[in-house]
Amino acid sequence: MYQYDQYDQAMVDARVEEFRGQVARRMAGEITEDQFKPLRLKNGLYLQLHAYMLRVAIPYGTLNGRQMRMLGDIADKYDRGYGHFTTRQNIQYNWIKLEDAPQILADLATVEMHAIQTSGNCIRNISSDHFAGAAADELVDPRPYAELLRQWSSFHPEFDYLPRKFKIAVIASDTDRAAMRLHDIGIQIVKNDAGEIGARFYVGGGMGRTPMIAPVIRDFVPALQMVSYAEACLRVYNRYGRRDNKYKARIKILVHEIGADEYRRQVEEEFAHILTLGLEPPAAELERIAAFFADPGLETGLAEGYDRSDPDFAVWADQNTAAHKQAGYKAVVISLKPAGGIPGDATADQIRLMADLAEAYSLDELRVTHTQNIVLPHVKQSDLYALWQKLDAAGLGSANLDLIGDIIACPGLDYCSLANARSIPLAQKISERFASPERQRTLGELKLKISGCINACGHHHAGHIGILGVDRKGTENYQLLFGGSEAADTSLAQIVGPGFSEDGIVEAIETATEVYLKARAEGERFIDTYRRIGAAPFKEAIYG
Amino acid sequence: MKILTGNDLASGDVVWWDGMGWSRDVNDAVDVGDQDAAILAAEEAAQRVNASYAIAATQTAEGVRPAHIKDRIRALGPTVRLDLSLRPGDPDAAKQVI
Repeated sequence: MYQYDQYDQAMVDARVEEFRGQVARRMAGEITEDQFKPLRLKNGLYLQLHAYMLRVAIPYGTLNGRQMRMLGDIADKYDRGYGHFTTRQNIQYNWIKLEDAPQILADLATVEMHAIQTSGNCIRNISSDHFAGAAADELVDPRPYAELLRQWSSFHPEFDYLPRKFKIAVIASDTDRAAMRLHDIGIQIVKNDAGEIGARFYVGGGMGRTPMIAPVIRDFVPALQMVSYAEACLRVYNRYGRRDNKYKARIKILVHEIGADEYRRQVEEEFAHILTLGLEPPAAELERIAAFFADPGLETGLAEGYDRSDPDFAVWADQNTAAHKQAGYKAVVISLKPAGGIPGDATADQIRLMADLAEAYSLDELRVTHTQNIVLPHVKQSDLYALWQKLDAAGLGSANLDLIGDIIACPGLDYCSLANARSIPLAQKISERFASPERQRTLGELKLKISGCINACGHHHAGHIGILGVDRKGTENYQLLFGGSEAADTSLAQIVGPGFSEDGIVEAIETATEVYLKARAEGERFIDTYRRIGAAPFKEAIYG
Repeated sequence: MKILTGNDLASGDVVWWDGMGWSRDVNDAVDVGDQDAAILAAEEAAQRVNASYAIAATQTAEGVRPAHIKDRIRALGPTVRLDLSLRPGDPDAAKQVI
């Protein structure tokens, strides 16, 4: 994986010291909160419902054991013994003290991590396929391209005050595991008819209060011109994106209002201009970056298959591992969704254990998924059983990947100052209701996503079943949505009908699963059945 | 009653105006009447708390109850981690908040 050079390290170290001085001045009363707030947000430090919250960037969700261990140590030393992995492949700490924040950033810098650009109207942490570099179906590893974009976007002065925040995802397979088309810019690394590698640009997607699926703006950009094309996309947005209304300020609104064709025309015009400046990175730089992501040490000649005599292990292995590009390996997904648990939360001990296991079994690599789980991307099949035993003993052995228990949930009103309703208690009730592994497997793939407000951090628009918490005259109320997807078949969920209380919506989901089981055809997932038969049978059963 | 809340500058902890200073216990909150703007302005100038604001609340037999659920959760802590809340020994605390 990528390692900082002297420039990366110097920039991060300098930023830590700068922030240390800013915090000292704030604590001494030399600057006001109005002056300090934008400075702390630039360093990922929010003020949430109960305390300061620090969001740490995990570029394209990739980290090594040393970095993961540091995340666990920070949870113990500065927080309350746990961290929360987010839908942006980041981690958040919920109980940070302002006076500790600079030292936390200094500790992170020792393992080449930071919290820069995890807030504010700038280009945020770039996300990617959590199986990148391991997936059997990828064209190439998308992370060198994501890293190139990370370097371009870090401290980019022109894009430090965009109309609104800006999120980019990069993938390199037709199987979208990064919700790519629901980003401000989604990039798919593709090969053209001439066999050249390049980027397909989707621009103007997003969730939030106005969900949109990004249209293709350019089918192919040569790899070394990708940064310039992204620059053109951002430049048009920076020039014309609305700054008078934060609810209309995302790029999706601009692309929608002027139309994809007109947006494309303007981007192409800007792109042509940028190309005349010769700002493209040299091929040697992309090669330098790519070298960090080359073979992490995979062995060749390993046999396929492993001992499946323990039935509980076999169930887990079938559900929570994915095909690897190298024979004899699997990519393993560690579920952070035990029945009744808090989606995405892990204790400091669990975080450190996952770091140890990555070093022992996964060539020192981990990934954070946007579905709030952890991946060990390179596990020998012969090691799977030993790995599972250690995970299971630590409460990390849930065999529910992509099943109804694998719920995405934002922090909701239990932690978030923007939320209107609690998300986590609902996730806990649903996962307890459907706790039976057999029942979950009978239902098959069913992606359930819960947001505590219209900002959609819980991706409810993209859930096969989505739940949106709202405030109805001071009481929590939950809207039910069906039909969303953030995979290659991206679609936006639609509201089914009137909202429910917390208990009511659990019953409604129970009813919906019964309708599905009765109506499904051979091989159909919940969403397939919903798309085939429509909302009416579900509505009738739920609302009468 | 009208009470004042905010977050302590250094720790970020939720605090409530008790008439003399800021307490971490909502039951110490006092009715500020029509003095909310003046107190908030003075406290903002003193730079001891962040994001302070006035809310409606009622005095009940159990203590001070903020009118809105968001402030009741602020007064308690996360309902899903009562061990980290201000009432770690009370299994019914979350229900009372809602």
